[in-house]
Amino acid sequence: MREVRLVYFAWVRERIGLGDEIVSLPDDVVTAGDLIAFLKNRGEDYAAALEHENVIRVAIDQEHVEHDEPLGSPREIALFPPMTGG
Amino acid sequence: MASVTVRVQAEDFDTAAEIEALSAGRTDIGAVVTFSGLCREEKGLLSALELEHYPGMAEAEIRRICEEAVARFDLQGATAIHRFGRIDPGGRIVLVIAASTHRQAAFDGASFIMDYLKTAAPFWKKEHLKDGTARGWVSAKDADDTARDRWS
Repeated sequence: MREVRLVYFAWVRERIGLGDEIVSLPDDVVTAGDLIAFLKNRGEDYAAALEHENVIRVAIDQEHVEHDEPLGSPREIALFPPMTGG
Repeated sequence: MASVTVRVQAEDFDTAAEIEALSAGRTDIGAVVTFSGLCREEKGLLSALELEHYPGMAEAEIRRICEEAVARFDLQGATAIHRFGRIDPGGRIVLVIAASTHRQAAFDGASFIMDYLKTAAPFWKKEHLKDGTARGWVSAKDADDTARDRWS
């Protein structure tokens, strides 16, 4: 197990109902995709927020990663929808 | 030496002052291209946009994009300013300035920065309508991915 700070933005944040939280990750959560699957089992709100896994973007310590990339031991992992700035 | 200026802020910005700040006192710059992104009223329906961002990463990502543009197009300088918070129709959202020796690099640099900024800088727009309801989060457009992919 390792503890990590998760942060959520836009409709991911609204559907989960939290801006950030500290979560203990089991050792079998290795990749960003594993993290999404793990979070979907934390409750209905998480399942609704992360329903369309493919569109969820992940950043580890403020850098974009693909779903198949390993998480390592980051300080902070962010989950958010596709970006719409500019 | 190329200068890169990146700011993420709630306050408005002064486009002319930013162009001056980038080019003042320099004699090596031959071309300056600016892009301004403004808040549309969406046919009179929109009362405001609310822009959420990821503090820290927003600045870091825009800086990465600007530095890549400077290296790729041999720019003399680049400035990118992106606002967050509530922005009314007609208000300024984003400013990109690219400076180079000749015009094509400045045009390309500004386009490159905007195309990557729209798809990789962590900002999200929510629309608030004049009738008091929130229409909701703006959806990402495939056309923005296509615009970005032409650079790869």
